[in-house]
Amino acid sequence: MSTVIQPAETPGTAGAPRETSGARLAVRRFLRNRLAVAGLCVVAFFVLFCFVGPLVYSTDQTHTALQQVNLSPSGAHWLGTDAVGHDELGRLMYGGKVSLIVGLAAGVLATVIGTLWGAAAGYAGGWIDAVMMRIVDAGIAIPALFILLVVSAITTPGLGGLILILGLVSWLVPSRLIRAETLTLKNRDYVLTLRAIGGTHARAILRHILPNSVSTVIVATTFQIADAILLVAYVSYLGLGVQPPATDWGGMLSAGLTAAYSGYWWLIVPPGLAIILVVWAFNAIGDGLRDAFDVRGRG
Amino acid sequence: MTATQASAAATAEPILELDDLAVVFTTESARVPAVRGVSLHVRPGETLALVGESGSGKSTVALAAMGLLAGNARVTGRAVIDGTDIVAADEARLAALRGRTVSMVFQEPATALDPLTRIGKQIAEVIRNHRDVSARDAADQAVDLLRRVGIPEPEKRAAAYPFQLSGGQRQRVVIAMAIANDPALLIADEPTTALDVTVQAEILDLLRRLAAETGTGVLLVTHNMGVVADFADRVAVMYHGRIVETGPVEDVLLRPSHDYTRRLLAAVPRLSVAEADRPAPDREPAPEGASGSATDVAPVVELRGVSVVFGRGRRAVRALDDVSLAVRPGETLGLVGESGSGKSTAARVALGLITPTSGTVSLFGADLARTRSRARRALRSGIGVVLQDPVASLDARMTVGECVAEPLRVHRRELSAQDRRGRVEAVLDRVRLPRDIVRRAPGELSGGQRQRVSLARALVLEPRLLVADEPTSALDVSVQESVLEVITELQDELGFACLFVSHDLAVVQHFARRVAVMRAGRIEEQGPTGTTLLHPETGYTRRLLAAVPVPDPVVQRGRRAERLATLAAGRTEGEA
Repeated sequence: MSTVIQPAETPGTAGAPRETSGARLAVRRFLRNRLAVAGLCVVAFFVLFCFVGPLVYSTDQTHTALQQVNLSPSGAHWLGTDAVGHDELGRLMYGGKVSLIVGLAAGVLATVIGTLWGAAAGYAGGWIDAVMMRIVDAGIAIPALFILLVVSAITTPGLGGLILILGLVSWLVPSRLIRAETLTLKNRDYVLTLRAIGGTHARAILRHILPNSVSTVIVATTFQIADAILLVAYVSYLGLGVQPPATDWGGMLSAGLTAAYSGYWWLIVPPGLAIILVVWAFNAIGDGLRDAFDVRGRG
Repeated sequence: MTATQASAAATAEPILELDDLAVVFTTESARVPAVRGVSLHVRPGETLALVGESGSGKSTVALAAMGLLAGNARVTGRAVIDGTDIVAADEARLAALRGRTVSMVFQEPATALDPLTRIGKQIAEVIRNHRDVSARDAADQAVDLLRRVGIPEPEKRAAAYPFQLSGGQRQRVVIAMAIANDPALLIADEPTTALDVTVQAEILDLLRRLAAETGTGVLLVTHNMGVVADFADRVAVMYHGRIVETGPVEDVLLRPSHDYTRRLLAAVPRLSVAEADRPAPDREPAPEGASGSATDVAPVVELRGVSVVFGRGRRAVRALDDVSLAVRPGETLGLVGESGSGKSTAARVALGLITPTSGTVSLFGADLARTRSRARRALRSGIGVVLQDPVASLDARMTVGECVAEPLRVHRRELSAQDRRGRVEAVLDRVRLPRDIVRRAPGELSGGQRQRVSLARALVLEPRLLVADEPTSALDVSVQESVLEVITELQDELGFACLFVSHDLAVVQHFARRVAVMRAGRIEEQGPTGTTLLHPETGYTRRLLAAVPVPDPVVQRGRRAERLATLAAGRTEGEA
């Protein structure tokens, strides 16, 4: 046959000026979302504040200084001091480091566990899926806080332990998200093709399903981090988190609250505000990423 | 259309007139012109077919004529319906016009109807939107309309929900809604593309009858030249947003003047209806097959008495019922049938993706059910697969090179990166893709290129069996032609057997040496293509063949008359 017509390029999709890549479009969409950009700035600020701040504004956060407790903000102590004489601004940096590290690590851990569990359940299907998802349902029915309290009552976890426990109680929601994603991806033609020519299940999951659910995973991670930071604050507020002299924002809030009736606002407002801002910021970033990645319906 | 009607139509004022219509879409990354300076007109009682390949702008023209384009479209020029300029009209004026003077039939009947409302009520709503009639009268008229579009037992059916109807019946309901207010103009955008050929023929008959009865002008948007030949009075051919040729259907389809139209028509696979115009034997049977029917050669894949049942109990669906077929080395078996006939299920059983409820499947002489998973995996290195959807067939996160190399990574793990690259480049040469395509993302390629990448992936291991499930049905005819050409050449060169699933009888007739016709999970008949598709033994195959419209208006007119006569004879026979 001699009459091979070149495929007519589609003006709407493939043709005309070269389409910018998906990743670049996503970045552009994200940057157009003002709240998300504000969230990114807030997170960047707190990271700098907690990790670089102590180098500029160095304070003693290990020894108590009982001669200068509960001082109100002044030139020497910008945010005053707490009940054992620690500089409050320095403590905000010091506690924030713990909050951010634990929150980030626990959020990532939860998403990793949830992703693997959800992908395995969705891909396997049938009774394996049913059993795995009933376990998730059961887990969701038990309040995470309850589990945390029980565990804290039994042992006193260190930093690593806290991350592990938080990660283990909060992977349930992401596992559901990823399972749903896997259910649609596993019947894609490229996965069927791979299975038909004898590709392994591991290859299907690791090479095709997980890379294609990466946007869902990233979005889930940001929300998980926000949740984890809040959860750390809860636990520490109840006095079951990291132990003194180490602290985190939740612990600071808890300590400050005992002095609430004395009018020592500088012990309550700064850590409270920090928690609210960071949690809001991660949620805003998550929203922005979700909208940026969600290209369905845009063709 | 009779001669008097034709002359009346030629003199009447056009009901639709487009004058230098242009549409530009603003997307996130660019401004894309979709329609550039289109002028056409439709007179009462006449059907104008707007044809073209995907992306030619034909649907955009139809939507622009309804004032239904998305917010990112900028329309210039004039689109006049019955004296009103659609481009300049405000929303209130448009709303009064739509559904009354002009109405539209879309491609997908499943999404054109509200799933939660009874069909009678949906039709009555359209009536009451434009005319001051009581609810009871509107309901009565809805029943009348259902009768006119040929829905059996319309009084009862009016209370049905869309999901209780078949695809063809749903499209009839959509048509009933479209003609509810006796519109002067009907715009039909690929009205039969989602339907099986036999249903397509019925819907076209219906539209033709209704248009003739009421003198409605029809703008028919389609890519199918057979549908054009069957239905249209005049044709406008679109290419890259412009009309390149326009004229009476006989002239355009039989004596095309524009080069593009000629190439387009040459690429349309034609169903041969008589021995005389059988396609030139451009494909010699493979050497093994040359000696008779070659039944003595062991088949590459064989299904014996295979049944597949989905679900259990009362909800069980028998997708395959005692299906036996075999594909021998070097030959192509075409598996044809309408949607739901089980042809894809049969292909998936052959691939081992679906385990049969009963019966045996043997691949390269080994019983699939009795091989261990490791051995089965090794057996499968001899299979290549090409599936229908060019978008879903390739993982968008991989480069083309990674996609093609995947079978090598599965079965030839000992290969060095360099050897692997060499093989990928060699197979890309074979499917006539440039080597530098390896670094590109599938999303940057056209549909035809993507299907060739799929083919390259299927052939990189030099398989003994290629299973192709509707490999070209999502492609334009010209692209389809080039993809089929590549498969044919490579089959001659590499000698693989091919199980070719398709709903398109013309394609199968050109491509496959043997054919199996499926219906409702069973094999209706099978045999050499030349015999089975020219002198079918069963009534079903005969009806299937008769329903395929051929892109020649003169021949098609004869075929239509013949088909209707056969149907009428069958009906009176049945009643007697």
